[in-house]
Amino acid sequence: MSAVGDDHTGSLTMTAARRPSWRLDTIALIAGLGWIAVGVFTLQWPEEGDFARTPEFGNAAIGFGALLALLSVAAGWSPVIATRLKAVSRWLVVLAVWFGVWEAVTAKYALLPMPFFPPPQAILEVFLDDWRRLGESVWRSFALLGGGYLVGAAVGFITGVAIGWSRAVGYWVHPLLRFVGPLPATAWLPLAFFLFPSSWSASTFLIALATGFPVTVLTWSGIAGVSKAYYDVARTLGASERFLILKVAIPAAMPHVFVGLFMGLGGSFAVLVVAEMLGVKAGLGWYLQWAQGWASYANMYAALAVMALSCSGLITLLFKLRDRLLSWQRGLVQW
Amino acid sequence: MVASARVRDAGGSAGSTLDVRHVSHAFALEGAPLPVLEDVSFTVEPGQFVALLGPSGCGKSTLLRLVAGLEPPSSGGLVTDGRPIAGPHPSRVVVFQDPTLFPWRTVRANVALGLEAQGLLKTQASRIGEALDLVGLSGFENAYPHQLSGGMAQRVALARALVNEPSLLILDEPLGKLDSLTRLAMQAELVQLWQRARFTALLVTHDVEEALILAERVIVFSERPARIKADIRFDRPYPRHRDDPALIQARREILALLGVPD
Ligand SMILES: Nc1ncnc2c1ncn2[C@@H]1O[C@H](COP(=O)(O)OP(=O)(O)OP(=O)(O)O)[C@@H](O)[C@H]1O
Ligand SMILES: [Mg+2]
Repeated sequence: MSAVGDDHTGSLTMTAARRPSWRLDTIALIAGLGWIAVGVFTLQWPEEGDFARTPEFGNAAIGFGALLALLSVAAGWSPVIATRLKAVSRWLVVLAVWFGVWEAVTAKYALLPMPFFPPPQAILEVFLDDWRRLGESVWRSFALLGGGYLVGAAVGFITGVAIGWSRAVGYWVHPLLRFVGPLPATAWLPLAFFLFPSSWSASTFLIALATGFPVTVLTWSGIAGVSKAYYDVARTLGASERFLILKVAIPAAMPHVFVGLFMGLGGSFAVLVVAEMLGVKAGLGWYLQWAQGWASYANMYAALAVMALSCSGLITLLFKLRDRLLSWQRGLVQW
Repeated sequence: MVASARVRDAGGSAGSTLDVRHVSHAFALEGAPLPVLEDVSFTVEPGQFVALLGPSGCGKSTLLRLVAGLEPPSSGGLVTDGRPIAGPHPSRVVVFQDPTLFPWRTVRANVALGLEAQGLLKTQASRIGEALDLVGLSGFENAYPHQLSGGMAQRVALARALVNEPSLLILDEPLGKLDSLTRLAMQAELVQLWQRARFTALLVTHDVEEALILAERVIVFSERPARIKADIRFDRPYPRHRDDPALIQARREILALLGVPD
């Protein structure tokens, strides 16, 4: 649905870009000039304080602005660049303004209290000087999250299918799920750190728990909601019980399963950060805690930015996976 | 399951007999029993084409579900080829009133469903293309159900049944959703198919003319609870024509039975 719509507007802009033989993307050019202005302002204006990476930030802003200006001209020749640029150009203008104001109220005029609100160059400094520790933290977080999430998703999926399919399993598991499921996984934290041999295994368990609950419930409701007519068709064609589960119930329930996987991923982020802050001593959550201990607020902002980027990256990845597996749904529901 | 299918292949796909013996059926609707079928008895010979006619909601689809083995009757029994019907079997395939294609499967994969369920996909895959050819849908193998028209979907459902080479084909208004032109073409196709494969056919339809174009025998049911009101033999050679005086005469009689003045 939306893909078709995009293609359509895409081809429209292409013809619009081609007909007047040469046309510049004005908004992108404004964005480019804005970024150059931010860079010049950063480099030339006197600072209230001493920041090591001011030249790098200023030059980067000028370089980025120059690149944008070049692309805004190149958009006249290349429809591909034109469409790509058009999609982001207004945001780039707003970001230029944002960075300009940020630079002004922190480094240049110190209108905001200093250690709590570092200027952009201070955060760039963290990336340039502390990337090793930051990278290590990202890697540790991913490893912990990945293990827990995969275990939780797999267990949740199997449990959900079992409850949805078998009355006997439902009888025993359903009350457990009703009673224990709504408890936030973080509530188990003190107990888990005490019961498990290592903080790593305790955290894996908690992340799996946070993921497993929504995946179980949604898989179950997906399986329970499969139309009886599908089973009738399959049964008259000679389907065994195994076939009914694997080839009818599970594919029909997949859209629900994915809703559970999305919810589980969101929940697992929360548990990951808390677990890292309280016990694991590694990963981005720990990095945040550590930065706060040293009152290095620039490091905290940098870590938050990396965390936001990682989380949204993982969500995007899951979206891509769903788009692949559930492409048949495209014509049936609005994405 | 695989073994029984092989036996059927080896023995040729002649139609099976169907014996419906004093079948009554009732549903529970809001606690009270709702009688739907009342003492229905008839015997279908191997290879016979039988049409079932009756008012809407009288219980025709219910009878077909019992024949398919999807539900046991409240009382009475159903027997095919001397064996009681205890559950569904791929030799008795149903084309349901709704096409109920699996939306996550392509047209080809939908048609392959029966072969896949019976473990015949590896050896018998060529049948899928033949079945799709038969219903005029070659070229749409990779389409998804939501990309088909209602009539095309119903034809896929027909192909999905035919690919199993059933000995008893159960058709619940399979042409109901088709436009009138496609419908006429499919009626002719169905007759040819039946003459070639000699399966036994049980067809529910609302269209008296369709029943008389296709069937050798028409069973007319009463209002719910359905009882057999008339059992009419109609032995005319195929292909039949709508303007055949005998057909027009039979049509008038059946419409009168159904309480519709002609
Ligand atoms: N699962 C069910 N539970 C309760 N009542 C049912 C059920 N299935 C069918 N019925 C009832 O049984 C009666 C017969 O239904 P059936 O579908 O067999 O009718 P039909 O003759 O096929 O009608 P139509 O020609 O409109 O398709 C209807 O009154 C319906 O409400
Ligand atoms: Mg019906």
